[in-house]
Parts: sequence; C-alpha cells; structure tokens
Amino acid sequence: MFLYVLEMLLVSQPLTMEEFCNIYQQKVKDSLPQTLAQKIIAHAARKAVVGIGEIEIGSVDLAMIHDSGGPRRVAPILERLGVGVWDPEKLVVISDHYVPTFDADSEAILKLTRRWVQEQGVKRFHDEEGICHVVLPENGYLRPGMFAVGGDSHSPTGGAFGCYMFGIGATEMAGVLATGKIWIRVPETIRIEWNGTFPKGVMAKDMMLFLCGKMGMDGGRYQAVEFCGDAVSRLSMQERMTLTNMSAEFGAQTGLIAPDETTVEWLGLHNSDAGDWTKWNTDSDAEFELHSFQAEQLEPQVAAPHSPANASAVSNFGKIHPKVLYLGACTGAKLQDLRSAASILKGNKVQKGIELWVAPSSLRDLKQAKKEGILGILENAGGKVLPTSCGLCAGYGPQRLDKGTVCLSSTARNFKGRMGDEESEVYLASPMTVAATAITGRISDPRLFLKN
Amino acid sequence: MMYEGKSWVFGDNVDTDQLAPGAFMKSPMEELARHCLERLNPHFPKNVRIGDIVVGGRNFGAGSSREQAVQSLLQLGVSAVIAPSFGGIFQRNAFNLGLLVLECEDTSKIHEGDHLVPDPKQGSVFNQTTGETLICSQVPEFLMQMLKDGGLVPHLEKKINKGNR
Repeated sequence: MFLYVLEMLLVSQPLTMEEFCNIYQQKVKDSLPQTLAQKIIAHAARKAVVGIGEIEIGSVDLAMIHDSGGPRRVAPILERLGVGVWDPEKLVVISDHYVPTFDADSEAILKLTRRWVQEQGVKRFHDEEGICHVVLPENGYLRPGMFAVGGDSHSPTGGAFGCYMFGIGATEMAGVLATGKIWIRVPETIRIEWNGTFPKGVMAKDMMLFLCGKMGMDGGRYQAVEFCGDAVSRLSMQERMTLTNMSAEFGAQTGLIAPDETTVEWLGLHNSDAGDWTKWNTDSDAEFELHSFQAEQLEPQVAAPHSPANASAVSNFGKIHPKVLYLGACTGAKLQDLRSAASILKGNKVQKGIELWVAPSSLRDLKQAKKEGILGILENAGGKVLPTSCGLCAGYGPQRLDKGTVCLSSTARNFKGRMGDEESEVYLASPMTVAATAITGRISDPRLFLKN
Repeated sequence: MMYEGKSWVFGDNVDTDQLAPGAFMKSPMEELARHCLERLNPHFPKNVRIGDIVVGGRNFGAGSSREQAVQSLLQLGVSAVIAPSFGGIFQRNAFNLGLLVLECEDTSKIHEGDHLVPDPKQGSVFNQTTGETLICSQVPEFLMQMLKDGGLVPHLEKKINKGNR
C-alpha cells in the first residue's frame, strides 16, 4: 500500500487532489478483499472499504413499506418528529396484508394508507397488486448494489437481485423515512454453495428447508448469507427469490446472490437495468465461512409443525394426510411456483375431501398464469383460487385454519397458530410437493409424477 | 431506569407470532398484549408484574418484523429480556422502542420466579435468588444512549431539535 502511494507521489505528472483520492481509494479497495455485503455497505456508507463487525451508517437507496407496518405506524412518528418523508422518490408503498378488506378496521387501514401516500407525494404506490416482495422487483425497482430496507421480515428477498435488503420494524422505518439513513453492523458472510444439478422435482424451497433443518432457524446468526455455486447460477430469478426470502427463516439479516447474466436479462425485461453490475460480487480472497452442498443429493423436503427447522426428506411424512393444501405467499405462489405445481397436477385431480387453495403472489403473475393456461390446469384439477395477497400466510384475515386442521403449505413459516387455530398443524413443502400431495391425499414425493 | 424483577422462563425459538399473534394485530395494544405468549404460558399475560424479566432460549423473537412483539412486552411492564441469542429484527426493535435485551449464554441457570437484577453497563445479571452472577455481552454505547433516551423516537427528537436530521 505504501509503495503504491509512494509511486503515485513520484509520477512525473502532478495529480489533482480528486484524482489522487480516486486512485488512492481504488488502491485501498484492491488491497483489501471484500465480500459482496461489505462492498454494498461500503458504498452506502460512502467509504472505500468497511471492516466486518464495525458499525456503519448507510444511506438508504430504497425503502419499502406495506399497509400493516407502514403508514398506520410510521405516520404518527413522523408527525411527532415534525418531518415528512426524506425522499418520496425512494419510497415504495404496497398494500398486501389487509387485502382484500374484510371489516371496518381493515378498511380504515387501507384508507389511511391511500391518504398518506397522497399527502406524502409517494408515486410508487401499488395498491392490491400483490405481495410486496414480488411486486417490488417486478416493477424494476431493485438493482444490484442497492442498500435497501423493507418493513417486513421477508425483505431479504431483494437480495436475489444483488441488493443488500433487510427487514426492520416500523419505528426504525420511521427513522429511515425521517433521515434517509440507518445503522448497520457490517456482517460476516456465510456462503452457501450448491454445485451440480438438482434432480427434477427438487426446488429452491427444498434447498431452504434443508438448510433450516441442518443448521437451525438461527443458522444465519443475523449475518449475511450468500448463495453461490453453479447449481444456484442455473436457477431462475423467482427461484433465487425463494432462497433469499427464506434467509429470514434461516435467521440471517439478508440473503444475497451476486448478479449475473440471468439477473441482467430479468431486469431488462422489467423496466430496469443492472448498471455496472460486474463489480457486485465477493472477492475470492475475502473473509467468509463456506458450506458446500451437492445438488444431486438433495431430496424434496418437508418441515413438520411448528418450525421450518423441523425439516427432513419427504419420504418420512407418507403417513400424514393433510386436508388443506395451500399454494400461497411470496415464498410459494410466484409464477414459477404455479408453473411447477401445474406440471404435476396436469391431467390429475385433487383427491376428494381435500381442498387445494391457490393464492397467486401478484396480479402480474396471475395474469401470466392465466395466459399460459397454468391457472386453468390448477382449477381443472379442483383448485380454488383465492385473492392475491398475503392471505393465509400472514393469518391477518378471516380465512384461517380451523382447530385440528392439517395443512401442507408452500409458504415460509409454520409457527404455532400463525395460519389459524393454535391446534391446527402446518407442514411446509415445495409447490411441487404440495401438488403431488393434492393428488394422492398423503404427503408425497413429486418425483413419482415426473417419471416420464 | 431500574431493571429488576421476577423471571418468566421460556424455551428456544420463541417466535413473533407467540409474542404478537396475527389475529390481534389490528387490535389496540392493550388487547394484543393480553395474548402475548399465552400459547406458551397462559399465566404469563395475566400474572406478569411491572419490572418482571422474560428469560428466553436461543433465537428469542424469531420471525416477523412486527414490533408489536416488543410493544406487547412493554405494555405488560416487562423491563428486560435475557436470552443467549435473539432474532435480529426483534433485537433492533427492542432498542428502538426502549426495551433492554441482553445476550447471556447461561440462561439455563435461571429458574422460573428467580429474582433478577440485570446491569447493562457491567454486562451482567445478578440472580438474587441463587446468589449467582451471570455474564452478558455488553450493549454498544450508542444503543445504551438510545435506550437512555427512551428509544429511537425520543433519541431522534433530541437530534432533530439540535438541527441534525
């Protein structure tokens, strides 16, 4: 490092202070390898590099809030502070939790949401268009290298696009909206590497249930998890979103995937561009913890009540007969999820006495699913289409599981009483496993239906 | 602020749906708090006293970002939560709302009803019932300052009044 500085000082042409600083910063960067997480946080903190464990103040590139943790909770705080939103252009508001409204309270919440976005001049407002984590990227708002926060625990979903995005509570969100800044402890990086080829019938959901089962719900230690390896790079954007989404269940602050050609292509199709994306990756000699897995060895997974960490191979659950099958939520009802479920259900029927509920995660995905005939396949099999919203997964609405009901769900978490009565039992699995189970009436391996 | 009270002991992975059940998320805080941790211990929301201390296992407060999980504990008068580790968002929310949370490896040595006196400055918890002192991780200075101010909002109020947004 000192040699570089010396060299710069000795060059014959005199440098301006700015040129000197730029070159110096570049040299510092080159000499100190950084993880993707460090690079994004350094950028947000307006520094060349940041050290793991240090507390930094980051400037927020994008904040996302929804109707539950959003306006109804942040507005009184901003009023008390006597300030408005620091930059309405950087705020996205999405209504999805109390959607559709079902009583006077939920109507009041949505009314307040709509009035507030108008008062604050928020243009990026998506009202009843789908679940925030899916609507946000499909509108092209996320780009690699962004430092972003969301008022919801599944905000790490944005990490699929190479953003450092994490969930925060409403008071902290009000702080961000007031100041445009947030503190962060620069996290360690836990790299989860998958190499090889996944067997047909195995999905991103299985990868995450497996990980929670193996390392626990606190395996992520509130650090940054980065998914890598050739098996991950072959995943579609929506499958990648399932990985980063469930980093929340894994206990990480965020889940990251370095942008690649797949990211660039997706952003191009969604009114966005990847910018100078090649710099957003982890240096090979940066400091990280590595866990490597072989894709061929992964079987479809199921998590028993009441934790995603109660996961093991689907074959252990053949005696469970769910009465409700749920394809829903940001984790389990995106277009790709619906396509995968339909590939199993095509030409088959849902068993008598069983209900299959389908709540597509966004209107855009719903429209495309209709266009592709996917929705028709699910309906012809006997599936019932529910409103596009957080629905049963958040458990805020009138539709909840009754006492004693056994459910197999493609959602992210099966905490006791979350989706219904405290004596309901929720098992978690991939959309394909949910579809296979709908046909047989007992928890079944989707690979049985993919033989041909 | 004095932190001192009787302990209520819970296990690993106490999630935010137990602390703030979804079905009551649009109810007033007083009502939501009446259901706080009731599925794990029905006596807790009924009998908890001002100053009492919740003792958790690993990953206390896992799950949702809903800060009602913290507010319901504050509503019931809980003065601190002690656990070996916390859900990250819950932990941030706690400081933002002025609830002391302390990471302490040895919570298994605490029994239900023990009288505890945490000392966030020293990074310790004195168990008056057993006479033992347990070591905790220290809270960073800037978070202690926020806690002293009563949480993020009063903290920001102070800053904004000084002209630093």
